[in-house]
Amino acid sequence: MIHGIIAIYVREMLILRRRLTRQIPSWSISPFLYLTAFSYAVGQGVEIAGHTYMEFLIPGLIAMSSMTQAFAIASEINIARFYWHIFEEFQASPISKVSYVGGEVLAGMTRAMLSILVIMALGFLFGVRLNYGLAFFIALLLNSFVFASLAVALAMVVKSHADQSMLNSFIITPMAFLGGTFFPIDRLPAWAGAVLNLLPLTHASKIIRAACLNEPLSIFSYFLLLAIGILFFFIAVRCVEKAKD
Amino acid sequence: MTMIQVNNLIKNYKKVEALAGVDIHVKPGEIFAYLGPNGAGKTTTIRILTGLTQATSGTCSINGFNIEKQVCQAKQQYGLVPQAINLDQELTVQENLIIHGWLYRMKSADISSRIHALLDYVELSEKKKSQVKTLSGGMKRRLMVARALLHGPKVLFLDEPTVGLDPGIRRKIWALIKKIQTTGTTIFLTTHYIEEAEFLADRVAFLDQGRIVALDTPDRLMENLGAWAIDRLVEDGMETVYFKTRHEAERFNTLKSEQFTLRRVNLEDAFLDLTGKKVK
Repeated sequence: MIHGIIAIYVREMLILRRRLTRQIPSWSISPFLYLTAFSYAVGQGVEIAGHTYMEFLIPGLIAMSSMTQAFAIASEINIARFYWHIFEEFQASPISKVSYVGGEVLAGMTRAMLSILVIMALGFLFGVRLNYGLAFFIALLLNSFVFASLAVALAMVVKSHADQSMLNSFIITPMAFLGGTFFPIDRLPAWAGAVLNLLPLTHASKIIRAACLNEPLSIFSYFLLLAIGILFFFIAVRCVEKAKD
Repeated sequence: MTMIQVNNLIKNYKKVEALAGVDIHVKPGEIFAYLGPNGAGKTTTIRILTGLTQATSGTCSINGFNIEKQVCQAKQQYGLVPQAINLDQELTVQENLIIHGWLYRMKSADISSRIHALLDYVELSEKKKSQVKTLSGGMKRRLMVARALLHGPKVLFLDEPTVGLDPGIRRKIWALIKKIQTTGTTIFLTTHYIEEAEFLADRVAFLDQGRIVALDTPDRLMENLGAWAIDRLVEDGMETVYFKTRHEAERFNTLKSEQFTLRRVNLEDAFLDLTGKKVK
């Protein structure tokens, strides 16, 4: 099983390495714009629970970016599947479905972690000092695990690139804005807060922010993300099995 | 001893019957060509045999391993060169091969030595560090063959291996396929190029609408018709007449005054005779 995971993972990393000089600016541009627009322009003088808006925003951006970058592995899988037909090479090889999903999920998580390093660097440049300890990195790993697993599952279900961009519009974009990234959800009506608490990103934002700001951690949220990640992982394995026509 | 065994293979896509009970037994070391027009079911058969598509019913085994029940062992037995180029274009030639080696659980030392030998074999040694996207179509095909052979398979599946290549490159690929056969590898080849099947195959199966309509050596498939053919224009199109000898054909022509072409009988004639349609 390990051989298969390594093969799939290394392949994705080799491709990423070739694109890294283009990838780093693309990972930087959105957080830079958010930090500039929301913090300097909109959030000047705003304080949330005793923290500046910048201190509130950066953990939210980290949660959002780890989600979008982990989920972006779905596009890579689709390119390999529909455009380059490389998925057939994996299907024809004697690796297990778990190995395939494992390799792709690890690749998605690695992309997410790398993109976070860019945001951490930007935060540092903007003069914000946060606590990036073990609890922070565990929360990040769990969040990226959830969304990389979801990405692999959905990449097996879609029938074309167009379907993929539709999933981004319906799943990722709403979650990015409503998952406690830009504003505290406890300011919303109770019913809306209850609905948003069902989103994994809400829990990820909560624990990443708590870890960054040295606040009490919700152990429940950690375990919830782990459970959702495991569930999505096994759904992804099932979807890969079904991907035969 | 049978290297590829297919029994009563059926594949239905909703209401379309792609394969309607195919039986194939391929012997070790032979080149078996699967010839038929587009949509006959050639690629479907290869996809089922290589685990890419689920059969509706029937059994298949490669070197004795059932492809549904002994999936991993069966997959170790073959290499696949699909119709579409499926290489990682951004990776180098060497990187593509290394990834393949890992997928087949090869040891690093074995991967290195096999890459060296196979790139030499397919004459791509000097391209080892080049990105695949910089290679020509023929080079990519040769690289796909090298990749399929990397783990030392007993069977090589080639799905339309020369489609879209110019005649010079096509002949180079043919020479490579013949060379692979000398190593004892069994080759299962689909094609709709008559001359490809004639040149390469030890035995040919004609596939039409999901059914094998004939299966024999190229010579025996053709000899029922004769050795020579005359194509001549008639009122409602073209008519082909077959003869045992060239002399008979020439004598026939002296009796007729129409425009004609005298040529050797080929597999297309045999296919046309059996199915009433052309391969291409």
